[in-house]
Amino acid sequence: MAAPITSEPPAPPPRGWWRSRQMRLAPWLFLAPGIAFFALYVILPIFQSFHISLYRWDGLGEARYIGMQNYERLFDDPAFYTSLWNNVRWLLLYLLAIPGGLFIALFLNQQVRGIRLYKSLFFFPFVISQVVVGLVFAWFYNPSIGLLNPILGMFGAGPVNILGNPSTVTYGIIVAGLWPQVAYCMILYLTGLNAVDPEQVEAARLDGAKGWKMLWYVILPQLRPATFIAVVVTVIGALRSFDMVSVMTSGGPFGSSRVLAYYMFEVSLSEYGFRMGYGAAIAVILFLIMLVYIAFFLWRMWREERGV
Amino acid sequence: MQFTIKGAAAALALTTMLAGPASAELTGDLRIFFNDQNPAPRAAMEGMVERFQDMHPDLNIELTLIDREANKTQIRNYLTANAPDVNGWYAGNRMRPYVNAGLFEDVSDLWEGEMGEALASTKPALTLDGRQWGVPYTYYQWGIYYRSDIYDELGLTPATTWEEELANCQAILDSGRKCYTIGTRFLWTAGGWFDYLNLRTHGYDFHMALTANEIPWTDDRVRETFANWRELIDMGAFIDNHTAYTWQEAQPYFVNGEAAAYLMGNFLVEPLRDAGMTDDQVGFYQFPEITPGIPMAEDAPTDTLHIPAQAQNKEAAREFLLYIASAENQTIANEVLGQLPINSNAEVADDKFIQAGFEMLSNATGGIAQFFDRDADAEMASAGMEGFQEFMVMPDNLDAILDRLERVRQRMLDEE
Repeated sequence: MAAPITSEPPAPPPRGWWRSRQMRLAPWLFLAPGIAFFALYVILPIFQSFHISLYRWDGLGEARYIGMQNYERLFDDPAFYTSLWNNVRWLLLYLLAIPGGLFIALFLNQQVRGIRLYKSLFFFPFVISQVVVGLVFAWFYNPSIGLLNPILGMFGAGPVNILGNPSTVTYGIIVAGLWPQVAYCMILYLTGLNAVDPEQVEAARLDGAKGWKMLWYVILPQLRPATFIAVVVTVIGALRSFDMVSVMTSGGPFGSSRVLAYYMFEVSLSEYGFRMGYGAAIAVILFLIMLVYIAFFLWRMWREERGV
Repeated sequence: MQFTIKGAAAALALTTMLAGPASAELTGDLRIFFNDQNPAPRAAMEGMVERFQDMHPDLNIELTLIDREANKTQIRNYLTANAPDVNGWYAGNRMRPYVNAGLFEDVSDLWEGEMGEALASTKPALTLDGRQWGVPYTYYQWGIYYRSDIYDELGLTPATTWEEELANCQAILDSGRKCYTIGTRFLWTAGGWFDYLNLRTHGYDFHMALTANEIPWTDDRVRETFANWRELIDMGAFIDNHTAYTWQEAQPYFVNGEAAAYLMGNFLVEPLRDAGMTDDQVGFYQFPEITPGIPMAEDAPTDTLHIPAQAQNKEAAREFLLYIASAENQTIANEVLGQLPINSNAEVADDKFIQAGFEMLSNATGGIAQFFDRDADAEMASAGMEGFQEFMVMPDNLDAILDRLERVRQRMLDEE
């Protein structure tokens, strides 16, 4: 039986060069594995994508340098604008998850028998995989076997083919995506509400604040950290919305529900794709769009940390 | 001593040549990557391997089955690293990227002898740059599967001309049914309709020139093809909401009698039988003539086996391909597959649909096309099929669709 490690006598304290720099070096040593893998799997591929986007390459043969041609083609490609426009729709409508989550959280933030059960039920959609959510909604919308049309029929509304109609398909997918995202924002706000200072609420009440005013001037300012995180995860979720599109429509009908992330996959890795350079060019554009947002995010973090 | 070895080698070579491929002494490993895990193809392939193993007991054969869809991306990895000795793929332009990258072995030598004559009908489909790159083991017909009981009820007979097809369709529509079921969610089903409409309107040579990017998509002849298609669309011949369905999800319309016909490949027969349809209820007919006098050409996608350029045991792989091509093997394997043998000396299974397909393809004087997404380059195929789907929903967008396809074509020409 091996002796427990803790019972061994402590090693003599290190001396000299190491000792004098230990405090400064230790964090870097702990960070080193993380930094190394982040550089290898995140930073390096960013530059590789830039590089590949200047070539025409099918992934098999020789890559041919073509300068900015991939980008010229991209800006002349209707499918690119469809995807870009869909990304904008995703970005704007996905933000609805934040007020949605907030109101459900406010509603659930009370002491009633069995509230834990209700909370878990509301949180449930976030636990199941996005792919499953996509499939469930695809069946729900299916015009021949889906539940949606019979339900609409009860209210006298006509049958609809949400995922087969180019003007409704993106909204249909966003609604499916909102379902788990609202749950996510809700859980963020529920945690945030736990941290709300009851004394402040009490004081505000004494001053006569109620309802919307209480929410707007007293509760919401205290929820700012939660709101910030909710915005961050929602925006990122909207920009990388890939799985839902892939599962529910494969970008169809005739490419009208594509988003940039899906178009990139389609061009470079799908059955008819393998235009690696073109796909990389889309990736670069998507990266630049995200960069605007990431820069804003970093700037804010930096400012707040200095403020503290 | 040296003399003896030389003599023995010569004698061995002589016997091999005389006795033909079947008795060659093959040793070592033969690794086969086959691209279908479905029950019938799997059983067919396992049977082929078993029979070949019996002929060459010293050969160690290792068969790996890969999912059909997964293989479409995995092939790129395994051809470049750790290549098997034989792999499954498709004929036509689908071979192009691997041939261009030098990843397929040139097997023209196999086609020179007897085998080439027996497989002559598909030789063009396996030929790129004047050489052959693989060996076919099966193909299947496309055509119109129809509900013969509904036709009988309405007093209709399968059409042989476009006018009859339209008249039949009108009668079916008047009876409260749709003429054709289709699920275009994954696009390729629309490619089948385009292939046939184009083959019948302008013939095989035009179709092949178009898929080879030699004819502009804005050409008036292309518009004529779409005009014929539009006649059906304007009649309301296709089921509603087809963009939401896969080809399997479109089957219930046929089975329930809500649609009377289905343009599809012969692989439709098995699920129909599984759904309880009998051969008395379902019939098959050739896509009718549109422009009179044009020789009938058909879609008959061919599945093939190839030798990767980096294969380790090419000698055994060549023997295996020769066996695959033989009449004996193609008879047995296609009986199991429920499809058509390519070897002209092979026997065709005793099945209503397979017999009908065999007769149709034997008389396909116009030529045999692979399918839109195998004849056209990948980029054109994907843009084209997307355009066909859009056309089926919004026929008024035709000009925009054709302009878009023409731009794709121009760009591909520029890149060559």
